[in-house]
Amino acid sequence: MNFPMTMRIAFKALGRNKMRSGLTMLGIIIGVGAVIAMIAIGSGAKARIQEQIASMGSNLLIVLSGSATSGGFRWGSGSVPTLTVEDSKAIASELSAVKYAAPVLQGVTQIVFGNQNWATVTFATTPEALLIRDWPVVKGRSLTQADVDGAAKVCLLGQTVADNLFGEMDPVGQIVRVKKFPFTVVGVLADKGQTTWGQDQDDVVYVPLTTGQRLLFGQQFPGMVRSVSVQATGPDTMKLAEEQITQLLRQRHRIRANQDNDFSVRNLTEAMSAAEESAKVMSILLGAIASISLLVGGIGIMNIMLVSVTERTHEIGIRMAVGARGRDILYQFLIEALVLSLIGGLVGIVIGVGASKLVSQFFKWPTLISINALLLSFSFAGGVGIFFGFYPARKAAQLDPIEALRYE
Amino acid sequence: MSELIRVEHLVKTYHLGEVQVPALKGVDLTVQAGELVAIMGASGSGKSTFMNIIGCLDRPTQGRYYIEGTDVSSLSKDELARIRNEKIGFVFQTFNLLSRTSALENVELPLFYNSTSSRDRRQRAMEALISVGLKGREHHVPNQLSGGQQQRVAIARALINRPSLILADEPTGNLDSRTSLEIMDIFQKLNQDSRITIILVTHEPDIARYASRQVVFRDGKIIKDESFQPRQAAEDLSQYPSPIEEGAIP
Repeated sequence: MNFPMTMRIAFKALGRNKMRSGLTMLGIIIGVGAVIAMIAIGSGAKARIQEQIASMGSNLLIVLSGSATSGGFRWGSGSVPTLTVEDSKAIASELSAVKYAAPVLQGVTQIVFGNQNWATVTFATTPEALLIRDWPVVKGRSLTQADVDGAAKVCLLGQTVADNLFGEMDPVGQIVRVKKFPFTVVGVLADKGQTTWGQDQDDVVYVPLTTGQRLLFGQQFPGMVRSVSVQATGPDTMKLAEEQITQLLRQRHRIRANQDNDFSVRNLTEAMSAAEESAKVMSILLGAIASISLLVGGIGIMNIMLVSVTERTHEIGIRMAVGARGRDILYQFLIEALVLSLIGGLVGIVIGVGASKLVSQFFKWPTLISINALLLSFSFAGGVGIFFGFYPARKAAQLDPIEALRYE
Repeated sequence: MSELIRVEHLVKTYHLGEVQVPALKGVDLTVQAGELVAIMGASGSGKSTFMNIIGCLDRPTQGRYYIEGTDVSSLSKDELARIRNEKIGFVFQTFNLLSRTSALENVELPLFYNSTSSRDRRQRAMEALISVGLKGREHHVPNQLSGGQQQRVAIARALINRPSLILADEPTGNLDSRTSLEIMDIFQKLNQDSRITIILVTHEPDIARYASRQVVFRDGKIIKDESFQPRQAAEDLSQYPSPIEEGAIP
């Protein structure tokens, strides 16, 4: 028995019971659709987290100065500036695993322009900080070494600050006041969006380190900084960089072997990787749950094929009488199950893709449809068809022709 | 005349739980090519079991069955299916056509299972339908055809692979007497003009008269086997007073 013929018989048989075939397919359609939509949602979440990691800057370490103890109270990390600009320079120049290091002073300041004002985090740092975070400007220019050397009264605005103070206006070249000092806006930073924990990364102002030290933060502890942002040379050297920084700073701060560090090194990428990992787990979990519905769809196919074999026992008998072998009957029913599941799979793909588009449209949830997920769920549907179609098909093939002919 | 079928001491026993039911108790029979044999007997006499074995639908418990010299009693299921496809055409009392399937496709059915090209298949099916007088009805489905017409479709299906043997199990059992005559006329023509061997089971002596040989079964054994001059269905048909036009539902 040839293949195109068997296909035609299968289509004809399925066409006779359109309602039933449709409902049976529905199981597979929902299964495949769910798998595709769930994988799309899961990998969308993963992609967003990866994007956020990239937006934080890659291979990022943050060295925070130590905690202060006063009157028995211990304050949190960074409460006492123990790091100096010189520490940062040493980290940048002496350590092999470090690409850039930038000393950072920060504090919340009120920015005023005209009759508008806005409280935001102001970072006083060197141009390397923006390199570390891989953060370009969209308007004007970035901070330069000359700005730092000359303690220029210039600043860069994050998108959120620019929007709040200037609205539609172009901020570049305007004068804003930060803690009563006039600063010229030289540039606006590119939009970075939110961090994983929902913090607005664009609600920020950058000024040169020296300007910050002199005018904004540095009065109490001259030459001290709150933290140092460090970029390691690559993802593999993160651990090494962490060790090297710890060693160097213990030396520079003359910390004895039995004393605690007066600083701490944080690996932010690691924290983000954990978030990424959890997104991956979520994606797998969603996919697995959706696969169960595909499995249930397969059982639906088996059920309907069993009914069909019983119903068509007489037909099977006739076919056997005129010379169909067991395997001809087996193929006929197997191909019927396969056609059911593959058509279901195709429709499921369309619905799954459509559903993911709708989710990203209406719920602003990022979705990512991969060809692999499509192929995987389609072939899985085919596999389900063969697996659950085999038992009924074999049952049909093993019928006794005489019994089958007598069956009404 | 060459020997088409030879059965030697055929025994078939059914197992119904603990009880053994003998259906055939040692049957010997030889059928020459070109014979038209009527097999008769009351129900339970073993004639159906015999036909199932002759038709390669069932295998004997004991004994040998040769068709065109080939020992069929030891063949596998698949090989039996092949013999059914190539050498045997079946005609049943209840027609056994695929419902909701056109006459043409019903006739084509045996050709699906021996890799005939689709053009060839269509052409041969058309020819077979024309030969049983069903030109113009090829796209009707069984429930649009009268009983006689359905039986003709079944005969066309049996003929499609140019078999050496046609097995007809009570072919006129569901038909009125005039239509029965028409069917017997077709069988006689096939037998006399195309030299096709036909074995038909019937319990109507009227029908058995059109065969050239009558074999009677009782209790799993042949009790009578005699040849004689058959009546001609065509003659009887011409004497039918008012031929009723077969009222096919269009």
